[in-house]
Amino acid sequence: MNVQVTSRPLPAAANASKLAIADCDIHPQRGNDKALHPYLEQRWIEHMQTFGARPRQAYQKSPAYPKGQPNASRRDAYPPEGGRQGSSLSFMQKQLLDQNNCVLGILNPTGDNGQSYQNREFGAAVCHAMNEWVLHEWLEPEPRLKGSIVVPYEDADAAVAELEKYAANPHFAQVLMLSRTSEPPGQKRYWKLYEAAAEAGLPVGVHAFGFGGYPVSGSGWPSYYIEDMVGHAQSSQAFLTSMVIEGVFERIPDLQLVLIEAGFAWLPSLSWRLDKIWNRLRVETPHLKRPPSEYIHESVYLTTQPMEEPAKREQVLDAIDWIGWDRLLFATDYPHWDYDNPDMVLPMPLPEQKRRDFFLNNAAKLYKQD
Amino acid sequence: MSVIETGGIDCDLHPAVPNIKALHPYLSDHWRDIVIQRGIGELDSLSYPVNSPLTARPDWRVAGQKPGSDLELLRQHALNPFRTSIAIANCLYGVQLLFSEDLGAGFAKALNDWMAAEWLDKEPRLRASIVVPVQNPEMAVDEINRLAPDKRFVQVLMLVMGDMPLGKRHYWPIYAAAEKHGMPVGIHAGSAYRHPVTSLGWPTYYSEDYAAQAAAFQQGLSSLICEGVFTKYPDLKVVLLESGFTWLPAHLWRLTKFWRGLRIEVPWLDRAPTEIVKSNVRLTTQPCDAPPTEPMFQKLMEHMDSDELLLFSTDYPHWQFDGEDVLPPGLSRDTVRKIMIDNPRATYPRLRNG
Repeated sequence: MNVQVTSRPLPAAANASKLAIADCDIHPQRGNDKALHPYLEQRWIEHMQTFGARPRQAYQKSPAYPKGQPNASRRDAYPPEGGRQGSSLSFMQKQLLDQNNCVLGILNPTGDNGQSYQNREFGAAVCHAMNEWVLHEWLEPEPRLKGSIVVPYEDADAAVAELEKYAANPHFAQVLMLSRTSEPPGQKRYWKLYEAAAEAGLPVGVHAFGFGGYPVSGSGWPSYYIEDMVGHAQSSQAFLTSMVIEGVFERIPDLQLVLIEAGFAWLPSLSWRLDKIWNRLRVETPHLKRPPSEYIHESVYLTTQPMEEPAKREQVLDAIDWIGWDRLLFATDYPHWDYDNPDMVLPMPLPEQKRRDFFLNNAAKLYKQD
Repeated sequence: MSVIETGGIDCDLHPAVPNIKALHPYLSDHWRDIVIQRGIGELDSLSYPVNSPLTARPDWRVAGQKPGSDLELLRQHALNPFRTSIAIANCLYGVQLLFSEDLGAGFAKALNDWMAAEWLDKEPRLRASIVVPVQNPEMAVDEINRLAPDKRFVQVLMLVMGDMPLGKRHYWPIYAAAEKHGMPVGIHAGSAYRHPVTSLGWPTYYSEDYAAQAAAFQQGLSSLICEGVFTKYPDLKVVLLESGFTWLPAHLWRLTKFWRGLRIEVPWLDRAPTEIVKSNVRLTTQPCDAPPTEPMFQKLMEHMDSDELLLFSTDYPHWQFDGEDVLPPGLSRDTVRKIMIDNPRATYPRLRNG
């Protein structure tokens, strides 16, 4: 497979008085339980109604760590026509895209999307329905939005098959995984997916969450949602560590990885630690030809939300300096409660070029939308 | 390279049990019989494969000897060259990894008595941590109370990864006993391997296991703070051992941000996590996962936002540094003195008279 994704001009900005931005993590929600029915076989509709989703966690419809807000979303994001937050395209256009002069928005359909289901065949069917739903109800009506292809990544063959259905479709710009995989994601069972994504010229976006089945810490399950949320930084560290040390970036140099909604300030320390460990233990990993930090710098991007907030807020800029200003992609996480506002997210005014890279150019380049 | 101060306090080094037979004299008759009858073998943890480069510095290895098992070599390698006045021995023999509570308690007692007789009695510069049977907090408290009168035991030792997160109320009796006796709880790298070391399952390589220790400390710290351990035990000090420390600022920025948004869930948390760490948590200096340049390291030290957090350690015999380059780079004489002497003395009440 060799797909050329053509570059197209960005749509004209709606609120042209503001700096145009890209928002690299937006969550479209289904308005009701039947939203996917037009895109599911009757067999799977009945299966859904009879047995439910059955992800690798305790409850049928609720998370075992209750969220901090209803649907983990902003209370001002309920659409005027009803439905849950994030379920109305017209309200999203008004509240998010127009308001922020957002010219490129990456949709990541994360919640209950088929990716963590115990029944993988059913999960694959739901992943496909998600892609059809997003395509027809969000991407085709709104050219500012680009989609992430939801793939059943625990089954690499099925994931590649799903990817191939949309790889040449200009409405999609990325392949979506969740960060809490069922096995360390650098392991061989996942490589086919990375190879297919690299071949298609699509970044692999790894969004926080997912129910891999293992406890979210090496000491078992913590008690609180706050620990689950903060713990996404540690899960993402484990994700990246596995990808680097297994040699995925050495084997697939064209692979681009985007870590989404796990923060970023933890990355420098992890890079230093991995370099130190590699220096000491490289006899164990002869497949690595270079220090881990080099693979990370060349292949990894991170979205900014939730942006770390030191007491001395300007210190977060040191972390960005260490990661590289070309590696960060601004994101709001709309409509979720921990939304980052683009007008307030940076602690101080930045030079024009850095500002443009941070808010738009890095994303436009990575997603080939410039 | 920073210049060391004479008389420093080494807060993490590792005398090793040469083999399980060395503990036989210290086991009760019952447990000794059991060990022999069942052919119970060595309890060396998976966390430190004996021949792995990280487990012992090449110039600290002696053919035919387990690294760290010889007192005279420990003097020559760790105490004398760094002009150490006091060193805290954290024995990592894997008695906390056993599933049986009773066997764990029997071995912990033997290990601590072995430590007192074979090391503390013979070398006045050494102090030790009480290895507690974390398998059962009541038994752990009994062991703390048994040894507390011996002031050479200055700390309670746990591993960063066990059956459940460190802050869970299950463990609180241990924290209460430690606080009562004026002993910090030392949390050391390592796992009982009850769960995979990452939230994504068992990694392929040992390199990943060791990398994962830092994330485990981050989550352990989140747990201790969020569960309210320091609200309940305000005088308790927790020392993170062989944890790395360069991850701390970013982790606290994130945890504190979420605390602001989610205080409703943990209402007992009446102070920001950053403030709790400043008053109750300390970290040892090795390994130092340092940035590539000294100016970056200076910035990182500013991000730490306190010069009272770090405690000197060699992590002997683990191979974390070469030669005498034991300290992070570019530290002022004043900071070195704090790290090597003042901070350890402030952290360990039992060292203040020593």
